[in-house]
Amino acid sequence: MVVLEAQKVMKSFGGVKALKGVDVTVQDGTVTALIGPNGSGKTTLFNVLTGVLPMDGGRVYFLGHEIGNWPAHKRGALGMARTFQNLQIFKEMTVLENVMVGGFRHTSCGFLSSGLALPKARREMAHLKREALRLLEELDLAHYRDTIAGKLPFGLQRKVEIARALALKPRLLLLDEPAAGLTTKETITLARFIQGLRERGMTVFLVDHDMDLVMGISDWVIVLNFGKKIYEGTPLAVKRERSVIKAYLGEKRA
Amino acid sequence: MNKDYLFLSIMALVAFVLPLVLPGDYYVEVFLFAGINVLVALGLSLLMGYAGQISLGHAGFYGMGAYISGALTAHLGWPVLPAALIAIMTTALVAALVGWPTLRLKGHYLAMATLGLGIILYILFLQAKGITGGASGLSGICPIHLGHWYLDTPKRYYYLVWSTVVLAFLFSINLVRSRVGLALRALHYSEVAASTLGIDVARYKLKVFVFSCILAAMGGILYAHYITFISPETFGFMYSVDLLVMIVLGGMHSLWGALLGGTFFSLLPEVLHHLEDLEVVVHGFILLLILILLPGGLVGVIEKVGEKIRGGP
Repeated sequence: MVVLEAQKVMKSFGGVKALKGVDVTVQDGTVTALIGPNGSGKTTLFNVLTGVLPMDGGRVYFLGHEIGNWPAHKRGALGMARTFQNLQIFKEMTVLENVMVGGFRHTSCGFLSSGLALPKARREMAHLKREALRLLEELDLAHYRDTIAGKLPFGLQRKVEIARALALKPRLLLLDEPAAGLTTKETITLARFIQGLRERGMTVFLVDHDMDLVMGISDWVIVLNFGKKIYEGTPLAVKRERSVIKAYLGEKRA
Repeated sequence: MNKDYLFLSIMALVAFVLPLVLPGDYYVEVFLFAGINVLVALGLSLLMGYAGQISLGHAGFYGMGAYISGALTAHLGWPVLPAALIAIMTTALVAALVGWPTLRLKGHYLAMATLGLGIILYILFLQAKGITGGASGLSGICPIHLGHWYLDTPKRYYYLVWSTVVLAFLFSINLVRSRVGLALRALHYSEVAASTLGIDVARYKLKVFVFSCILAAMGGILYAHYITFISPETFGFMYSVDLLVMIVLGGMHSLWGALLGGTFFSLLPEVLHHLEDLEVVVHGFILLLILILLPGGLVGVIEKVGEKIRGGP
């Protein structure tokens, strides 16, 4: 089953064409990676797919719905979760509260029932808290539950962001450079964690520069260059493909 | 028990005892008006502290509550309750109409729109003479009563006002501690992240703005039916600014800032009025000092003292 399918996605910033008709398919239960040199349009594609940026042309299907023109919050409510390259943590809120917000789509009480603290509203909050605590335990963050998230070191903030995205119980998890700024040891832990997610049936779509991470955990790799898809295939095939080496890996060897 | 509910109980208790110990009706009335200010400031504090938006026209919404409810009782002889409900609903509708387009945009467009609306409403209060009585004011507003029992003494009315304040605080605290409060705080720190988590940012901002305007209207209604005579200058731009001062004074990051700021701001003139001509200068000077020396407002001071006590030996 296809979870996400994008067809001929286009996006320009002024005169710069950041995405020139990109096609992407993410299969259920796989880890799909998006790689490419700096400025190739990876993050732009993520922003368009999640509705953070409007696209200029093309179609996006998620779980069978055409979501190309949906606002970001509707995509989130349908089960699309993401993290951010430059961290978008709720800085002044505690770690627990950050993760609780992630479960927002599983609750429904409005202003009135919340303000009146009706039983349903209290039940929902208890549920959010329980789920968030379970996730914190799982990600070894329980110790920091009452810490103000903005005061944590970078690597832990990244982890909180992942926990927050998981609290949404996503059908598709998009990770924008999850290894950026992490130490080698942290990156290895992250790789294991992502593999663990896949074993439990999570569908992951990630962008990263760390080739070892990408090649080690991905089922499918999509290569972007100058806003166009230049190749896609298994990690092994990508490693052998000359156009990819030229565009991306070749830079290192030159 | 959570600290907010503890503060709420203390506030309710103090508010209940206060008229019994105050030396006379005059002071009860001072605290009665302070309660109205606190109510309106509470709404603005929710808007500023939780949605990160500023309204420069809250005096206008306050005035809408007062004039609509007042005029329906004075001109048409309506009972107070339906008049007040119509006033609240109309104010909420106007707030929604102004907020809907402006809160979709990033930036402080709400501040500009409400600034304009506040001025328009003030001109309406002044010029729609048939309804508002124009510059000479609207008189004959019906006082609040239950059958033949009239809330016409400062003490009786004081209890009505502060019961409303306590209930409004209870509702707001519940709200802030609910999923709605989580969502509002989240969007305050990162709209992008909040929206990708399924939070409809524009809708939540709009709802908190409308709620904020409803509290302003309730303040206006309470004011009008106590004074029974209202005139436009009470609802001018200066009152919108006063409200902002109350919130910054009290501390913007906490709902309790509205209580402390609103009360302090209302009592200050009573303490200073024997200074006569110097009053305005000293008043301004004190506010200036607080804003410069206490960036966290009065709530910030209390929090710091609390930390010292807990952290001390």
